[in-house]
Amino acid sequence: MAEQFSEGVVSRETGTQLVKRGLAEMLKGGVIMDVVNPEQARIAEDSGAVAVMALERVPSDIRRDGGVARMSDPEMIEGIQAVCTIPVMAKARIGHFAEAQILQSLGVDYIDESEVLTPADETHHIDKWAFSVPFVCGATNLGEALRRISEGACMIRSKGEAGTGNVVEAVRHIRSILGDIRKITTADSAELFEWAKRLQAPLPLVQEIAETGKLPVPLFCAGGIATPADASLVMQLGSETVFVGSGIFKSSDPALMAKAIVEAATNFRDADILAKVSRGLGDAMPGLEIASLETKLADRGW
Amino acid sequence: MPGPVVGVLALQGAVGLHSHALTRLGVEHLEVRNARDLAAVDALIFPGGESTAMSKLLTINALFEPVAARLEAGMPAFGTCAGMILLAANVIDGRADQRSFGAIDIDVRRNAFGRQIDSFEADLDVIGLPEAPVHAVFIRAPIVERVGPGVEILAAVDNGWPVACRQGNVMVTSFHPELEPDLRMHELFVRQVAA
Repeated sequence: MAEQFSEGVVSRETGTQLVKRGLAEMLKGGVIMDVVNPEQARIAEDSGAVAVMALERVPSDIRRDGGVARMSDPEMIEGIQAVCTIPVMAKARIGHFAEAQILQSLGVDYIDESEVLTPADETHHIDKWAFSVPFVCGATNLGEALRRISEGACMIRSKGEAGTGNVVEAVRHIRSILGDIRKITTADSAELFEWAKRLQAPLPLVQEIAETGKLPVPLFCAGGIATPADASLVMQLGSETVFVGSGIFKSSDPALMAKAIVEAATNFRDADILAKVSRGLGDAMPGLEIASLETKLADRGW
Repeated sequence: MPGPVVGVLALQGAVGLHSHALTRLGVEHLEVRNARDLAAVDALIFPGGESTAMSKLLTINALFEPVAARLEAGMPAFGTCAGMILLAANVIDGRADQRSFGAIDIDVRRNAFGRQIDSFEADLDVIGLPEAPVHAVFIRAPIVERVGPGVEILAAVDNGWPVACRQGNVMVTSFHPELEPDLRMHELFVRQVAA
């Protein structure tokens, strides 16, 4: 083709922080949907999802079934990769680096080290610097977010309380993370040491936040989002993209709900559009009161 | 006389990073979500993101036809990665219902380098920027498989596969200049807009 350019293969670097964080930048303003089979993956992509999360059971079913929840069967993940042109993510248990190695070998585009699965290590998270595939991790507050970033996470999401259809915990987590960031931007240099101690987070990351006023990686929202209005709420609070788990495929008309949430994520500040897309969606997923839960997934992670 | 206003298509993707680059260049800019926004801009940047999602959102937000009409009328445009796919004449390996504007006579293959683990950084020689190579970030990047007459190739990888092209005042890159502090690709476009 272009003869004026030199021959040979351009030398390239893969698996860099920039390349890993870059994909998260490209997912901003979109919706990432949980899917359990190729048919759902097609519906998600048809609706305008920016990525799918391939898993065997959506969180509300994991919650109902109990027992140990593990990484999905590779065959199931490959089935979803085969029908998708958008990025495919998959979940590994907290601390289960062997599951993560398997997911990397399958070529998933992002790994979610997720509290929705049963933790494999009660002290350590995965050393995510050791991987060329990027990781997203959940957080309930800024300290947790910064610990995950120091371990190599390239995207942070709120944990929320997955599988409940109740957005209250996600709101708490997003408000806590962004509220503390706002406070840190007004702290003086001596106070930053105290912030690092209180958050149990590395000082350089706290100092970086004081300077930039934001997390060094994108902040997305997950856990309990069930309607277009929920998506608008968390994005107006400062989340940059939404993960929707059980909220789509546990609603009465998944394709319609999926499209409505995609439209809401793009137009999250436009109440007229939100009113239009919220109309006639059928039943949202059945919701749960947080106080009635036997297991709080958000408490998993350290 | 006030300078041109450059729009950034703000349906999804790396919108903020392009706006930030324009701010650093001192160029007035506006996020474009609907036809009213579009009418207020002199040029449009199509950011990186997911081209399938953006293609759907262009239709949902009633922007596809207005944008197509402006491009037809010669509005300058700059597309990066997904933006390049949206501006191309033909998309290979896209979805059957995926729409593109045909504003530049190239055929583009989606995800041509493979999955995310194959995403990479590389130094590229770019025509018109002789002082130093451009450090380029390719993320699940597309590649140009056919270049029509009248399309200028600005940069290439691996034995000449084009990754940056220009035709008239439409410029496209497979990579993401918005992820790098180097402003020269944006500058190249803005100079074209001002001309």
